Amino acid sequence: MQTVYDRISANKATSLVLVFLFVLIVSALGLFMGYIMGLPWFGLVIALVIGVAMAIFTFTEGDSAVLSLSKARLADKKEHAFLINTVEGLSIASGIPMPKVYVIEENSINAFATGRDPKHASIAVTTGALKKLNRVELEGVIGHEMSHVKNYDIRMMMIVAVLVGVTALLSDMIFRMFRHGNFRSRDKGGAVLLVILLVGIILAILSPIIAQMIRFAISRKREYLADADGALLTRHPKGLADALEKIKNDDDKIVDAANKATAHLYIENPLRKQGGWLNRMFDTHPPIDERIKALRAM
Amino acid sequence: MEIWLIVLLVLIGIFGLWIVMAYNRLVDLRTKIENAWSQIDVQLKRRYDLIPNLVETVKGYARHEQKVFTDVTNARASMASAKTVQEKAKADNMLAGTLKSLFAVAEAYPDLKANENFRMLQEELSGTESKIAYSRQFYNDNVMVYNTKIQQFPTNVIAGMFNFTQKEFFKTEGTERENVKVSFE
Repeated sequence: MQTVYDRISANKATSLVLVFLFVLIVSALGLFMGYIMGLPWFGLVIALVIGVAMAIFTFTEGDSAVLSLSKARLADKKEHAFLINTVEGLSIASGIPMPKVYVIEENSINAFATGRDPKHASIAVTTGALKKLNRVELEGVIGHEMSHVKNYDIRMMMIVAVLVGVTALLSDMIFRMFRHGNFRSRDKGGAVLLVILLVGIILAILSPIIAQMIRFAISRKREYLADADGALLTRHPKGLADALEKIKNDDDKIVDAANKATAHLYIENPLRKQGGWLNRMFDTHPPIDERIKALRAM
Repeated sequence: MEIWLIVLLVLIGIFGLWIVMAYNRLVDLRTKIENAWSQIDVQLKRRYDLIPNLVETVKGYARHEQKVFTDVTNARASMASAKTVQEKAKADNMLAGTLKSLFAVAEAYPDLKANENFRMLQEELSGTESKIAYSRQFYNDNVMVYNTKIQQFPTNVIAGMFNFTQKEFFKTEGTERENVKVSFE
């Protein structure tokens, strides 16, 4: 069986590859934008600078970006004593420093962890989870998040969240640019058609890469592993199983502040479920029934 | 002739390096246990400090439940005098038991249960209780790794040379959660 240390180094390596890929994509986009504006090398240099700056930003500030995007606020020592005690207990059990604790004002039950390493980690829990889960169930959820923290899943998942968000933003920008038609190629008449074609091709190349990045992050095994590691930590798989059961049977499953870029961070899919094989292929989480079954069998 | 000398020196060098590495690993493990132990100590101290406050609050509502109060106070006192791992484990068990009966008594007083201060103390204490359980778990896991290591050949030779002795487990009576079996595929 893979040890925690194998997983940590695998996660670190994947994170590095992702950042490298991102800089590459941004550079290619820059080269392309520069090309259609008649300054290809200028475009490349600018894109490279932006790409590297983004990568550094992602690494150092990605967690705050994700947290503020998710409308999370720091937990209050008095008001959320129950949550803070639970997080502290489980950080003791796993021998890592205590992560910062955040709450999200939200009726549904969900939680996520983010940060670049265990020393700079945060765990966010919805107020719905605090209201609807009892101590052992919350321990189960936090145990799951704690194992994401411990084995550096958080680093990779945070990078994916920011990069997916930014890449989507960038291709959106290109689209708008060519819709407004404010580039020189317009003067060349027939070249416009070529550009439209090129943009189409680039986007066609880009989308599967983005999709693959998401797939990397979410690989269903990662969630199963975090479930199992969490159970090893709390010594009580039933807690998490019961919590997942409650999420499954809850009327409200949607986290308002979650979006496609951050969905894979959560313990259970925070977005509206969509039918169709295409959507199922990009499911960010393994089927909840399977997870419950695996936990009950431990 | 010279080649044998070089081989011998290299072998001695490797052997020396191995001793250093094995020694450092043992020191590492022992430090981890000491850290884990201080974690337990912090939590035990925290509970120790919370108790007088709790007793005072409960007394305000349930004055005549004298027996529970003396039990808790006695258990707390024995905690203070406990020094070794075993003594502390024993005192911890006793204290946990008496606290449980104190909270059971509190169940009969709705006014007390509604008291804001009491509710906060109850949350703090059960939070501390589970932190004690978790730090104990972490400590015991580390002790197990360390104890196994110093008994295994060839590390046991190093352990014997530098006087690494077995550490005690922090035992509890029956309240321990069992380890779960996890398997993939």
